[in-house]
Amino acid sequence: MSWLTEYVRPRIRTLLGHRPDVPDNLWSQCPACQQMIFTKELERSQRVCEHCGHHMRGTALERLDWTFDEDSFTRIELPRAPADPLGFRDQKRYAERLREARAKTGLEDALVVAHGTIGGQRAVVAAMEFGFMGGSMGAAVGEGLVASARLAVLQRAPLVVFTASGGARMQEGAVSLMQMPRTTIAAMLLREARLPFVVVLTDPTTGGVTASFAMLGDIQIAEPGALIGFAGARVIEQTVHETLPEGFQRAEYLHAHGIVDMVVRRSEMRETLARLLGLLQPYDGEAAAENPGQPAKAPPEPASSPA
Amino acid sequence: MRQFLDFEKPIADLEAKIEELRQMLEPGSINITDEVAKLTEKADRQLRATYAKLTPWQKTQVARHEDRPKALDYIGALITEFSPLAGDRAFAEDAAIVGGLGRFEGRPVMVLGTEKGSETESRVRHNFGSAKPEGYRKARRLIELAGRFGLPVLTFVDTSGAFPGIDAEARGQAEAIARSIEACLAAPIPIVATIIGEGGSGGAIALATGDRVLMLEHAVYSVISPEGCASILWRDAGQAATAAEALRLTAADLKALHLIDTVVAEPLGGAHREPAEAMSAVGLAIAQALQPLLNLSPAMLRGQRREKFLAMGREGLV
Repeated sequence: MSWLTEYVRPRIRTLLGHRPDVPDNLWSQCPACQQMIFTKELERSQRVCEHCGHHMRGTALERLDWTFDEDSFTRIELPRAPADPLGFRDQKRYAERLREARAKTGLEDALVVAHGTIGGQRAVVAAMEFGFMGGSMGAAVGEGLVASARLAVLQRAPLVVFTASGGARMQEGAVSLMQMPRTTIAAMLLREARLPFVVVLTDPTTGGVTASFAMLGDIQIAEPGALIGFAGARVIEQTVHETLPEGFQRAEYLHAHGIVDMVVRRSEMRETLARLLGLLQPYDGEAAAENPGQPAKAPPEPASSPA
Repeated sequence: MRQFLDFEKPIADLEAKIEELRQMLEPGSINITDEVAKLTEKADRQLRATYAKLTPWQKTQVARHEDRPKALDYIGALITEFSPLAGDRAFAEDAAIVGGLGRFEGRPVMVLGTEKGSETESRVRHNFGSAKPEGYRKARRLIELAGRFGLPVLTFVDTSGAFPGIDAEARGQAEAIARSIEACLAAPIPIVATIIGEGGSGGAIALATGDRVLMLEHAVYSVISPEGCASILWRDAGQAATAAEALRLTAADLKALHLIDTVVAEPLGGAHREPAEAMSAVGLAIAQALQPLLNLSPAMLRGQRREKFLAMGREGLV
């Protein structure tokens, strides 16, 4: 756990000031209804279209802002992982793609982790960055998720993960495949410590990410309209030669099929998380058995959460 | 009739010639015997030379060879008293994943395998080795059952991947795979996994999160098929050979990356040429891998397995 004891002092929020993905344009267009939206307004509405309610993709850093109580959180430095284990090259070197993704997003890799409060309750949040090579999961993302789980265990705090990923990072070959058991271990660490693990599936979450930690939450939440699945739609069509049903692999479809607990609008996410975390307090079964009728510890007051 | 791969053409030609000579004249005729011996030696040299330097793409083809021994062949050869168990207790029996109780070298074990089938009828029955959620849920059930009775789990992995279908998605393919990986990690008993042919992505790791992972010399194990990778990164499935190279999916590569434990040598010309020999080599390797695990406590096993996977991908960190 050397990264925990030696980690560099938490980066302060001022570092999050720059948002590389925000266009300079005054107006943005909703990809769903094509209506024009004043960009400043879009930022205020957490990238939800004011006309049709479409949830656009946010960045990992926006996610932290939207989830934690205002000015309550601190990002942690994640452990480093080997950058290019295979020396992979397709039409471009993987090392070059990494450099570009870092320059574009201002992040080391496709995951950010922070701790702070949600509705007054301490929590660790890990958020994937789709803008960083499609949010793909290689050794760095796997290592970051394990680190986030360890931090949660250390702080006796719940872990909330926001997923946004095309799946495993092909450029890391079988090393990326091994992130599936590694991140599964992260989920198991929370369970063994009897701490809540909440997964929020955002658009899109597919492949090896879905088939590991992202499906192992105590509570599974999805954002409206998010694409969530294991196999890609094109691969399925080519395999079964059938037209995919309306709304296939969308959040509402998963909810109807019993795969997620709830579909929650972004504007209600913080409040929902705060409520759930309030209900799911860390539990020590043995201690509770010895003191029947007494909660293991007094639950915090319901949050006076900022709207 | 032996099936030859494209790159085995020169060997196929020689072997056809030998066969032709054998048919042509009555046996015992001296000069023909000489000629046959010479050609046989040449074919053997050719085979040795070809297999000594198979490219990753050629290995992929060998790994997918129709005549290569499949999971049920290994079970037949290595497991006595095999008693198949069926179903996920919720929806269906999925024959893409076979499993059950049996004895390995006299010791009761649980066996699991992804089965591709060996001719058209059985391939269809086993869905070409591509499992649906009920298959992974059966795997999880059997791993947990093994844990309750202290039975080591042996898995034989050979799949192009989990089945990409509408029904599979509707029933939670991703969750089923995740839970199967979790069951492997939580198991209080030893798990020895062997990649016998194709180790196709999530569908493979679901059964290959073991204390020891063995891989046959010409098997491949990858996060995506070379064709899939080529069509995404090169936008041309025809670049599969290049992608196979880049993915580093051979047994030697995975061993070098410390992602598997043991490479099991195959008979000359691949496991499909001498299936009995190949399967007995695998049996020996499994016995060797299993032996040191048998005396470990559940906590030791779980702890070491977890550390083993956590260490993966930390290699090469500067």
